Amino acid sequence: MSGLDNIGTKVVNPLPSPPEDGLSGNADAILHEIVALLEAYTATGQTGAIDLHSLPLTLDDYELLRITLADGEVHAHIDAIGNSEVRETLYPGVWWVTYYNAEGDIVADLIEVTAVPEILKAPADDVREGLAHLRELLKQEQP
Amino acid sequence: MNEPDILGASLARSGISRRSFLKFCTAMASLMALPPSAAYAMADALKRAQRQSVIWLSFQECTGCVESLTRSFDPTLEQLIFEMISLDYQETLQAASGEAAESARKQAMKASYGKYLLIVDGSIPTKDGGVYSTVAGVSNHDLLVEAAKGAAAIVAVGTCSSFGGIPHANPNPTGAVSVSDIIKDKPIMNVPGCPPIPSVIAGVLAYFITYGKLPELDNLNRPKVFFADTIHDRCYRRPFYDQGKFAKTFDDEGARNGWCLYELGCKGPTTYNACATIKWNGGVSFPIESGHGCLGCSEPNFWDKGSFYKPLPVPLADNTPIITAAALGGIAVGTAAAVISRKHQTSISEEK
Ligand code: SF4
Ligand code: SF4
Repeated sequence: MSGLDNIGTKVVNPLPSPPEDGLSGNADAILHEIVALLEAYTATGQTGAIDLHSLPLTLDDYELLRITLADGEVHAHIDAIGNSEVRETLYPGVWWVTYYNAEGDIVADLIEVTAVPEILKAPADDVREGLAHLRELLKQEQP
Repeated sequence: MNEPDILGASLARSGISRRSFLKFCTAMASLMALPPSAAYAMADALKRAQRQSVIWLSFQECTGCVESLTRSFDPTLEQLIFEMISLDYQETLQAASGEAAESARKQAMKASYGKYLLIVDGSIPTKDGGVYSTVAGVSNHDLLVEAAKGAAAIVAVGTCSSFGGIPHANPNPTGAVSVSDIIKDKPIMNVPGCPPIPSVIAGVLAYFITYGKLPELDNLNRPKVFFADTIHDRCYRRPFYDQGKFAKTFDDEGARNGWCLYELGCKGPTTYNACATIKWNGGVSFPIESGHGCLGCSEPNFWDKGSFYKPLPVPLADNTPIITAAALGGIAVGTAAAVISRKHQTSISEEK
């Protein structure tokens, strides 16, 4: 229609081909960090988190993390200014938390080591406001 | 309602759940390479914080900086920023005009004296008594000096207020200067860019409100969290630069193969900004990804540094050890980048 199709273009992957296995070593580093966080959590109850954006990960690194951690028993979906996915991994207490914005881009990608990620808990203030709203509603419905 | 104007209450009023807010803080912390635990501290501190009183003065400018912020592709980002602050004066955005607007500004300045954040976009003309830009009969210079007195800190948004920008370009007919050329006794943070990236503006505001101070600054008073690396340090075309593969024209084979734009005048190697990582238009791409070199818009005097299409003089100023590491290939760049973000994290957590 616009004739744009006639312009010859070539889509290439400008990154040099990664080493044979495509791993940067960072996935391995993260897995060891998770072990350290789990040790701290079991010993002292100290929770921890790793920001996956703070390290450059290749696609293969990601894949390795996905395969190694795998899916556990819990998968929660949060609908608040865009989606969020909270998955417990095969290792209880290790959570993979991914936040998306309203457009569906990832805005934060974290591994959390804790019993329940903070984002899943109902915040006390929200609970109090919800209670007030429900009371209000019942009051209005009284004949 | 006589609740104090705290952020938590204002979020509740506008129906933003605290979960949404925690999510916003996590994204901001990640953007600024703060440790994830900082997100909770940030959410907690912000919730209880008074909404920050902000006075925003626009001088010799094109309103591009305000456009960048308010037309950010993420409507929630814009909304959340305006929840975080109480914007007491902004000529483009406020409904009031004339006398009413000016008295609103004076009132806010009095009420939050010593506490408000002063945001400035645009340069300040100093020639001929500053007649080239006035608001309600007061020159930009006098307005700035008056408003700076009661400010806790000043944020210069955009290259014009940070360094003089385009009005300052040769022959600078209005004698335009930057905020820091005039104000010497206040903490000033420069957030340059023509315009700056919206989430950079949001990030530094969130930081100031959370910690009650400006983040760590570099030698040009730019927040290190966003301006520590050059475009070139983080450019995805960097492997081609290292291999010496350069596009020679905008439509040759090299350009089509996505090779480095250095010989077409890219200023990425000397430009500190976050475009290559945060990108533009909600993370869609950035100029180099669209096939054009970086203009260096976040650097002082970028307009007067010769043609945008003339290659930077070689050899490049010794460009940190990253170049040597990068010579080993893309993975080395990655490792260097990891080390750099780690460095940010430690310097920030030490600061607390
Ligand atoms: S010179 Fe420009 S295009 Fe080439 S690698 Fe550096 S920033 Fe990227
Ligand atoms: S790529 Fe360069 S010229 Fe373009 S917006 Fe970023 S810093 Fe400015």
